[in-house]
Amino acid sequence: MTDIKFVRDAMVEEQEPPAATAGFVGWIRGNLFSSTLNAILTILSGGFILFVISALLPWIISPTWNAGSLRECHEILAGHEGACWGVIRERWLQLLFGFYPSELYWRVVLDFVLLIVAVAPVLFTGLPRKMLAFSAIYPFLMPWLLWGGTVWLPIAVAFGFVLGFLAHRFAKPIIGGLGGAILAFLVPVVWWLFLAGPVSGGLASVLPLALETVESRNFGGFMLSITIGVVAIAISLPIGIVLALGRQSDLLIVRSLSVGFIEFIRGVPLITLLFVASTLLNIFMPPGTDFDIIMRVIIMVTLFASAYMAEVIRGGLAALPKGQYEAADALGLNFWMSQRLIIMPQALKISIPGIVSTFIGVFKDTTLVSIIGLLDPIGLSTTIRADQNWNGIVWELYGFIGLLFFIFCFSMSRYSMFLERKLQTGHR
Amino acid sequence: MSEIALEREVDRSHMQVSDKVAIQISHMNKWYGTFHVLRDINLSVNEGERIVIAGPSGSGKSTLIRCINRLEEHQAGDIVVDGTELSSDLKNIDKIRSEVGMVFQHFNLFPHLTILENCTLAPIWVRKIPRKEAEETAMHFLEKVKIPEQAHKYPGQLSGGQQQRVAIARSLCMMPRIMLFDEPTSALDPEMIKEVLETMIQLAEEGMTMLCVTHEMGFAKQVANRVIFMDQGQIVEQNEPNEFFNNPQHERTKLFLSQILGH
Repeated sequence: MTDIKFVRDAMVEEQEPPAATAGFVGWIRGNLFSSTLNAILTILSGGFILFVISALLPWIISPTWNAGSLRECHEILAGHEGACWGVIRERWLQLLFGFYPSELYWRVVLDFVLLIVAVAPVLFTGLPRKMLAFSAIYPFLMPWLLWGGTVWLPIAVAFGFVLGFLAHRFAKPIIGGLGGAILAFLVPVVWWLFLAGPVSGGLASVLPLALETVESRNFGGFMLSITIGVVAIAISLPIGIVLALGRQSDLLIVRSLSVGFIEFIRGVPLITLLFVASTLLNIFMPPGTDFDIIMRVIIMVTLFASAYMAEVIRGGLAALPKGQYEAADALGLNFWMSQRLIIMPQALKISIPGIVSTFIGVFKDTTLVSIIGLLDPIGLSTTIRADQNWNGIVWELYGFIGLLFFIFCFSMSRYSMFLERKLQTGHR
Repeated sequence: MSEIALEREVDRSHMQVSDKVAIQISHMNKWYGTFHVLRDINLSVNEGERIVIAGPSGSGKSTLIRCINRLEEHQAGDIVVDGTELSSDLKNIDKIRSEVGMVFQHFNLFPHLTILENCTLAPIWVRKIPRKEAEETAMHFLEKVKIPEQAHKYPGQLSGGQQQRVAIARSLCMMPRIMLFDEPTSALDPEMIKEVLETMIQLAEEGMTMLCVTHEMGFAKQVANRVIFMDQGQIVEQNEPNEFFNNPQHERTKLFLSQILGH
């Protein structure tokens, strides 16, 4: 029989970990050489990385920056392997701005600088909240700067929202909540469809404040991708939230409409929707209406993104425990309050990785517009390669375009990780 | 089904049952699909009453108190809370919910908000109380449940017992006239059960109208003025605690008591 009696007479003090498991050496041992197999894999993959870099670097570091054509590149390289960067030097402005008039480039640049100013307070809550006022103005400023025309049109469009708000505010006490909501929807729509145009036209003839107009067919390059991408991303999130809620609604008609929309859009390739935008839509429009092609494409891409967004958000909603809804109900919060204060903040937080994946997907999908003839970077690359000076150039162009896309998509991905860390509250 | 002894004597000076009716339930029935979960429930609760509802699992006791603030819908009969009839009228539901506090088995705190924000959210948005005032009230109740120092932490950083006390404080911040407890200690470790029960007793001592679904028979004996025993969706027996525990009448009650107190 062993003696099972034990009483500790002194508690053990906390001690430093052994040196081999801490610090730099510990990290190397733990992460790279923790076992024989791991050590072999580390050496093999290290060798592979070195091999790829040693093959790529000489190609990238190539003294062809000033070459004016592919032939000149070959002369400079004299038989050696190397990239022909002259095409980027000569065409980079075109890849960024398309055929936008070069004396008006400042408008595009200003537009994207302002975009950063408008988006910053939305992304980083540490910034002063008053900046959000500019974020609210920006959606009306952006198209005016890009397309130009009279300043009264964006103001008239913005006024529609004011009308909607006023209709809601003053009609609600008189005809009730539902009537107020319907009026808040109908009044601005009537204004936009029938009155905004003539009114802004009238004001423009009285006080002509206008920027030089730029036609949509001159839009191109990255500016086009970013315009389509940013608008689609910004609008698809709220529409996605509404669709996700609609899909969970108890009201049969709302639910069926949401499910129908989501399933239809997801069941159709984006390229089909873009063809509808570029050709079919004109058939349904009253003859003579000229509905801007970029606008049509933006609407299609937005609808497409919204359907995906709705499903991503529905996943977040489904992950929330039922107790959260019950606690919100039990405290007397009504449906909209509990959605806004309790449910959505948590559901959106859970769905951040999915939402950002969808954003990145939408941004990259904007390259599909090259198929319907818009000159996004991919469309332009075809044009550039048709130039006999650059006929036969491939890697340099696509590498440059890929790099720019990578910078945008990688920033979005890093931002999403930052956001996830920031919203981490120690639970789930 | 533990019987945790409380160290102190319960102060009964403010525990007065008035003759004003707080909740009136008559001939209430509820079905889940075709399953008849609540059958002909008749219950009248006066202001200041402390009622413990006991019974085996699946007997409908949680469903009963969840019907009182419309987390579950009843299909027949009437429920009148504080003079307001519970029907599908949303206005009535919101009114009743803001006057009836509820504490859940799994706390259901909002994990994305701090303790203080959990407590001020409903007063600010439902009662439209200014933020500063709501925060003062919240701190007052957090002090009462003895965790004011945790006010700026998130629920995930607190122990189960602390979270449940926050949940109680959160309900109290709405100044409810009635409190419902749905197995508030069932998800807690024994050490934490005591701190939550202590908070509930304190509440009872101040004269709050309480309906508690619980297995804490010690709490029932010391605090309740009435114990209701349910089985198969109906009220089988109700009595004042002494009589209920020492002299149960119905066979089912005797069996239940012998099983939870017998060993």
